[in-house]
Amino acid sequence: MLKKLAITAVAALTLSAGGAIAAEGGHIHDVDFSFEGPFGKFDQMQLQRGLQVYTEVCSACHGMKFVPIRTLADEGGPALPEDQVRAYAAQLEIYDPELDDMRPRTPADHFPPHGDPNAPDLSLMAKARAGFHGPYGSGINQFVKGIGGPEYIVSILTGYTGKEKEEAGTTYYENTAFPGGWIAMAPPLSGEDVEFADGHSNELHHEATDVAAFLMWAAEPKMMARQHAGFVAVLFLSILSVLLYLTNKRLWAPVKKKAKEA
Amino acid sequence: MSGIPHDHYEPKTGIEKWLHSRLPIVGLLYDTIMIPTPKNLNWWWIWGIVLAFCLALQIVTGIVLVMHYTPHVDLAFASVEHIMRDVNGGFMLRYLHANGASLFFFAVYIHIFRGLFYGSYKAPREITWIVGMIIYLLMMATGFMGYVLPWGQMSFWGATVITGLFGAIPFIGESIQTWLLGGPAVDNATLNRFFSLHYLLPFVIAAMVIVHIWAFHTTGNNNPTGVDVRKGSKEEAEKDTLPFWPYFVIKDLFALVVVLAVFFAVVGFMPNFLGHPDNYIEANPLSTPAHIVPEWYFLPFYAILRAFTGDVWVVMAASWITGGIVDAKFFGVLAMFGAIIVMALVPWLDTSRVRSGRFRPMFKWWFYLLVLDFIVLMWVGAMPTDGIYPYISLIGATYWFAYFLVILPILGVIEKPTAAPATIEEDFNAHYGKPAE
Repeated sequence: MLKKLAITAVAALTLSAGGAIAAEGGHIHDVDFSFEGPFGKFDQMQLQRGLQVYTEVCSACHGMKFVPIRTLADEGGPALPEDQVRAYAAQLEIYDPELDDMRPRTPADHFPPHGDPNAPDLSLMAKARAGFHGPYGSGINQFVKGIGGPEYIVSILTGYTGKEKEEAGTTYYENTAFPGGWIAMAPPLSGEDVEFADGHSNELHHEATDVAAFLMWAAEPKMMARQHAGFVAVLFLSILSVLLYLTNKRLWAPVKKKAKEA
Repeated sequence: MSGIPHDHYEPKTGIEKWLHSRLPIVGLLYDTIMIPTPKNLNWWWIWGIVLAFCLALQIVTGIVLVMHYTPHVDLAFASVEHIMRDVNGGFMLRYLHANGASLFFFAVYIHIFRGLFYGSYKAPREITWIVGMIIYLLMMATGFMGYVLPWGQMSFWGATVITGLFGAIPFIGESIQTWLLGGPAVDNATLNRFFSLHYLLPFVIAAMVIVHIWAFHTTGNNNPTGVDVRKGSKEEAEKDTLPFWPYFVIKDLFALVVVLAVFFAVVGFMPNFLGHPDNYIEANPLSTPAHIVPEWYFLPFYAILRAFTGDVWVVMAASWITGGIVDAKFFGVLAMFGAIIVMALVPWLDTSRVRSGRFRPMFKWWFYLLVLDFIVLMWVGAMPTDGIYPYISLIGATYWFAYFLVILPILGVIEKPTAAPATIEEDFNAHYGKPAE
């Protein structure tokens, strides 16, 4: 009887705690991305799909003003062919002070800034939301699990409960991931928002994961080059340390031998 | 240069003699690199080389970063992104520089605690210690101003909070704060002067490092036993010492390379681990971050700053005695700077004649507690200021002051030290003379 009571009490506590999490937000779930860990790599097709989601959905309000369009062609990134990058740039306009008129963008230009002043720039969002907001990548485990920023983005995009409330003329949407539980951004994705050319599933979770991967690339386009540099450095320093260890041992051997004889 | 008898440079060829009689630079370098070094130095003595490397790394990467950086409130953040995306190898330069600061502080803390344990601050090395403390203060100023330059949210709000500390000084505080900021708030003038000083101070540090080395080359290194090198004759000195080159250069290089392997793993695989994500949001004076947290290397002293709140009796007493001039905020600022000042004054606060903690049975445990205290303060400095955390901060801060102001003076009187070996040679032979296992 006592045992049963205890179980009921624990169950009640857990349930209420679960409810509290939903109301306060901050619930981030782990996603296995291809670029996590010291040898992780961006998935080129995933980045291209993410670019499509960004272009067709996110960019309606958000911008990416720090990202040069030409980097879409970068090896290890989305690696779009040059002509596609040029075509992508040309569909976006920019004000040119020299012409005193609008002109199509070139690959040398950056992505446009945000269209809605309330929508933050997404260039660095995957790094700006790293770690501290979620359980993954907030400690030493980011060495293998990544920094947690893309997980945060996926959790936001898939975390809408459907509830809304209005406060001071602004509509807020309940979100299990957003700190505080209520976010001003209307649900941007509902699943099947875009048609992927490669026939990949366009369910909500897949769209969210793809665009999160793309935003991670946008925030840290040199991640693979950096990991490569780190790996080469660690490798060579390890070899050098062995050589220096042996040198040091040899150098001190007579001194230590003399000490032993003394 | 050193007080230990040893061979000096003798110019042999005609050119060497010609140069030596005009500028004895080769002799200076020879004497510096060949300084007799106690042969029993252990692995805690390697951090000096790591620190020298850090300074060089920071200056070299910093100078190149400056070539691509724009110190202007509208352009600084974008120019850092330009470095990260467009400059060849720019992402490595910046990550090396940002994480280099962390390695620098990591190394300096071990270096300082090594000095505290082995009594390296005691006579005749007080000047070495004081100069070291000045270097540490310059490092903190440089590190703080460097963190402002990327002009992210933590840059901006960190600068606002820290310069606000000076505003807590009674009467003249506000004027000092305005003078530091170059205006009523953190703005372009602040960014420009921080940039200027962030470039200048490392060279001041480099000069102070030369003085630091000069000072301990005059007294000779301390060593794990704290026993002096015999200076009666060259033969006697040679039994206790080995020349710095090649014995300690190779040993230190080996240690440096091991440290660098770990460092490059951090830079390559998790370069943002020690930074704050909010600094990837461009500075916005209209939006305050939920938690303003300084870089990890400031956290112990930040914890001491926050420990003394208005409801602590010492603070209330200070406020009552001074008629309200010393309020909680100013008391906190005094405590933070005081925590570093008492550490700088340790050569005169420690009454024990025995240098090395190895032969001080009671001191040892108080010292280990100080190390633990430092780590706890670092942890609690990043925690919010509610619940149990303020009490932990207060206990930690109190122990920090008690260690330097009460425990060290008393220990020297009541403690009975154990017997130290008569010579460094004896210590070295005892260590390596053990039968092979």
